[in-house]
Amino acid sequence: MTVSSHRHGVTVALPRWLWIPAGIGFALIALPVVGLIVRADLVRLPELVTSEASLAALELSLRTASASTVLCLLFGGPLAAVLARSSFPGLALVRPLVLLPLVLPPVVGGLALLYTLGRTGFAGRLLELWTGFTVPFTTVAVVLAQTFVSMPFLVVSLEGALRTAGQRYESVAATLGASPSVVFRRITLPLVLPGLGSGLVLAFARALGEFGATIAFAGSLQGTTRTLPLLVYQERETDVDAAIALSLVLVVVAVVVIAVARPRGAEGLR
Amino acid sequence: MAGAVALLVVAGCGGPGGGETLTVSAAASLTDTFTELETRFEAAHPGVEVRLNFAGSSDLAAQIVSGAPAGVFASADTAQMRQVVDAGLAAGEPRVFATNRLQIAVRPGNPEGIRGFADLTRPGLTTVVCAPQVPCGAATTRIEESTGVVLTPVSEEPDVRSVLSKVASGEADAGLVYVTDVASAGDEVDGVDVPEADTARNGYSITTIAGAEHPETAAAFVDLVRSAEGAAVFEAAGFGAP
Repeated sequence: MTVSSHRHGVTVALPRWLWIPAGIGFALIALPVVGLIVRADLVRLPELVTSEASLAALELSLRTASASTVLCLLFGGPLAAVLARSSFPGLALVRPLVLLPLVLPPVVGGLALLYTLGRTGFAGRLLELWTGFTVPFTTVAVVLAQTFVSMPFLVVSLEGALRTAGQRYESVAATLGASPSVVFRRITLPLVLPGLGSGLVLAFARALGEFGATIAFAGSLQGTTRTLPLLVYQERETDVDAAIALSLVLVVVAVVVIAVARPRGAEGLR
Repeated sequence: MAGAVALLVVAGCGGPGGGETLTVSAAASLTDTFTELETRFEAAHPGVEVRLNFAGSSDLAAQIVSGAPAGVFASADTAQMRQVVDAGLAAGEPRVFATNRLQIAVRPGNPEGIRGFADLTRPGLTTVVCAPQVPCGAATTRIEESTGVVLTPVSEEPDVRSVLSKVASGEADAGLVYVTDVASAGDEVDGVDVPEADTARNGYSITTIAGAEHPETAAAFVDLVRSAEGAAVFEAAGFGAP
């Protein structure tokens, strides 16, 4: 007997043995989350989640993740457009570099940012010379670290959507006399909005969960740089209940974010 | 099938055939001294391989309470050791074998001219400390209380080596670390003494863990740490006497 799934009116037969490794794969992800919920002190949860340190971390996390997502849009968006629609020598090298933060350990990313934009880095030294501003240990550092790790998510999503959409409508518009800016604004953007939307949501989720680059580059101080993941790491041994409560907050946010992104995700990430 | 093989390969490998392995979980600030003692112990006990596991004391205590296999636990302060004792996992009475105290780490040559603890509150100075949950952070808080000087650090790092590296790399002007860390960093940092730190000394304690595989070997290692030979190693690194 085979198990069928129905999509768009076509019956596809799945071999039954496929369900076993599929089930194990699902359990590998679902069971630890269940374990977290079981261990949580649900009675004290509201009190733990609304402590001064928790609220400071939550507010900082939301603020910085939002700022990072905006930066990803402003700079990652055009970058995706360039990658998808232009051709120049060296393009083949640009894409792997742009996607590097996806595979680089976040701590490595944080160290790279530290030794470039820190007080002893070549860019940081110039910045301090011109403006007197140093980046490490500031909220700006948190935003930069988050942008570094989450921009590839936006670029991949948007580039995929741009490639899928094709250039048919744009070429018609161009023959009708529209300038490239008008074409981009009135044809291209509306076409890829779903892919852009899911890319932004994924970038936001990644920025919210960022830990390694933040702690290496920005440090950890309540209200300034201690985001929710950093607070969880700090509390994990001394106040286990608080750490688990905050972890559940992150899990809930992550689930909501992914549920919102999913309907358009399948299209955007092709 | 392929997955089971993959898991076995990753989990399988043990020590050299025929010998016994002793796992020693020790505070990160004991890295240099315990590595030296490991060499001496293995020379005196052929067939025994000592596996050193260095991390923050709170990390190690949590690991042991959660069932991590270890024969010996050396903690940087009594609070973390108490966690293990309260869980019923200390086989013997924990004994203090060395003490440490905090010092201010600054860049070589002390370019900011820091003379004492109170100087750290100077505006424009970037100071880095350990998080209060970590022994060196707890000691920092004790010094703050005894001097009445409240620091405004730019970051509270998860372990003392992170603080040291921030100063050594030039990102921070000053950091509160152990005297032994300043000594081990050599030319990379200079140390400024904090007289008040003597009242906030850390007591390093050591014990064998209940249920260890080879209790006699574990006890022998503890004996070495507490012996005159061990005391000489700690003194040479800058630790204080128990």
